[in-house]
Amino acid sequence: MALYKSYSKNEKGRQYFRTGWIMLLLTILAIVTLFPIYYMIMSSFGAPVESGASSYSLLVKNPTLESYQFFFDYSKYSFRWIVNSFLVAGVSTLANVIFATAAGYAFSKLRFKGNKLLFSLLLLAMMIPYQVTQVPLYILIVNVLRMDNTYAALIAPGLVTAYNVFLAKQFIGSLPTEIMEAAKMEGCSQPALLIRIVMPLSKTVMAVMAINTFMNNWNTFFWPLLVTKTENMQTIQVGLKNFSFANTTYFAPMMAGATVSALPMFILFFALQKYFLEGVTVGAVKG
Amino acid sequence: MKSKKGPALQKKKRKNTEENRWGYIFILVPLLVFAIFTLYPIMDAFIISFKEFKPLKTEWVGFENYKNTLKNSLFYKSLANTVVYTGITVPLSLALSFLISILIVPLTKRKQNFFKGAYYLPAIASGVALSFVWKWIYDPLPSGLLNRLVALFGVDNQNWLGSSKTAMFSLILMALLSSHGASIIIYIAALLGIDNTYYESADMDGATFFQKLRYIVMPLIKPTTVFLLVTSVIGSFQVFQNAFLMTGGGPDNATTMVGLLIFNKAFKYFEYGEASAQALILTAIIGIFTFIQFKLTGDNVEY
Repeated sequence: MALYKSYSKNEKGRQYFRTGWIMLLLTILAIVTLFPIYYMIMSSFGAPVESGASSYSLLVKNPTLESYQFFFDYSKYSFRWIVNSFLVAGVSTLANVIFATAAGYAFSKLRFKGNKLLFSLLLLAMMIPYQVTQVPLYILIVNVLRMDNTYAALIAPGLVTAYNVFLAKQFIGSLPTEIMEAAKMEGCSQPALLIRIVMPLSKTVMAVMAINTFMNNWNTFFWPLLVTKTENMQTIQVGLKNFSFANTTYFAPMMAGATVSALPMFILFFALQKYFLEGVTVGAVKG
Repeated sequence: MKSKKGPALQKKKRKNTEENRWGYIFILVPLLVFAIFTLYPIMDAFIISFKEFKPLKTEWVGFENYKNTLKNSLFYKSLANTVVYTGITVPLSLALSFLISILIVPLTKRKQNFFKGAYYLPAIASGVALSFVWKWIYDPLPSGLLNRLVALFGVDNQNWLGSSKTAMFSLILMALLSSHGASIIIYIAALLGIDNTYYESADMDGATFFQKLRYIVMPLIKPTTVFLLVTSVIGSFQVFQNAFLMTGGGPDNATTMVGLLIFNKAFKYFEYGEASAQALILTAIIGIFTFIQFKLTGDNVEY
């Protein structure tokens, strides 16, 4: 990086000094950024007692899992919330990856009437604020289709998002068309071409879409709040909100619940950090 | 007809119709989802905005909902709140992200990845979980974490979320510290994309670090800054989850954002018509803001 002054060999000391203070500054800022997460996880190991002044410490003296027990004992559906979240996020992810990849391939490589028009119509969906569609969508799902409190209501509106189709189109559009032409010459049918040629070449964007979609669905709060009526259909985020509402003074159990709701994403993040970070830039940098 | 054309042409024709057919099959599901869950709701939003929903029947009321919205002082207050929130959060968050990115780029790849991960982590935690933690950090008792921290600097005990003086500040602080992850990653990608020859020729002219920053880095990553600015402003105008979970818009509507106002109108008071009118007015405002930003920052952004 030549933005910074480069030091010659006999100036090693000055270079270490510079790296040192950069690291120090970044570490301080990182600690401030990560503190809430540290505090959440650490406090979750506290005892499930009603909070008083004593519960605010930066370290728990006698770590225990009792607060997790307390959280799971609160409702007989606590585990079901997690299962529901996994189910909704899992199905949405699978559907998004498959349908968005197929559509991205069609929009970028196949010639059919209305291709450009339909794609720009789809882009329109990305520009409309969520608030506009929120009320009509709620009326449609709950009053017209009477789908409230079902998995279908939780999954259907996000079965495949315009954003994912856009991502897939950008990525697949940059693949060389010659490969697909050659496969067609060999007599390869379109579905076979999609599955055997396009999908293997699009693993990166498929991984990125999968992670983004799973994360968004896992963390989403308002839509499940609106369309679920009974505890057994709620997702972990909605269940967590209800738990906190009923147990406002139980600090450690609340943090245990929060940790439970965040943990699957943390595990996924540490396992697949590369794709998470790639997913951030892939939508921003012109494809 | 067909027999007159050569076999090659016929084959091409057959290929084309096949491409046509598969093209439609491949886009069928996204198109259906889009038509049912986006296009129809958008059109319905316009229709609903001219109606009033009553328990037994629904009436056409013309522009009544729009008139009521534009007469509603709370609508203006929530707009002002949203503008304040956005006007402070977005520029500060971008500046902080830029600073952090500049500090990260000279490091080795391993250290870069470590810090990228660390700064991005809050962005993947569920908003509900984070709002709980922050609620406790802002505990109004003297034993609350932030109160203990500011006490070290001799600042009096504050009722962070409960007082209309500090509630907005508290939401802004939380947003600043938990939402810069994505911008940092994008800035780093842009910074690493700057060609080394720019710096080399600047070095030959004897440019200082800050001159390089000012005359090379800032102009070259301007498209990235504009992209982040526009998308952050659009996002920030709609955001209300933290306000919903932490203050409920209070105290005295000091933290009621437009998004929250619309949500409450619709799902607390079930005034769908007025909620839709407000949402459409919000869309127009966002559209105008976006247009102005593009005009002010020049149109050198490509997507």
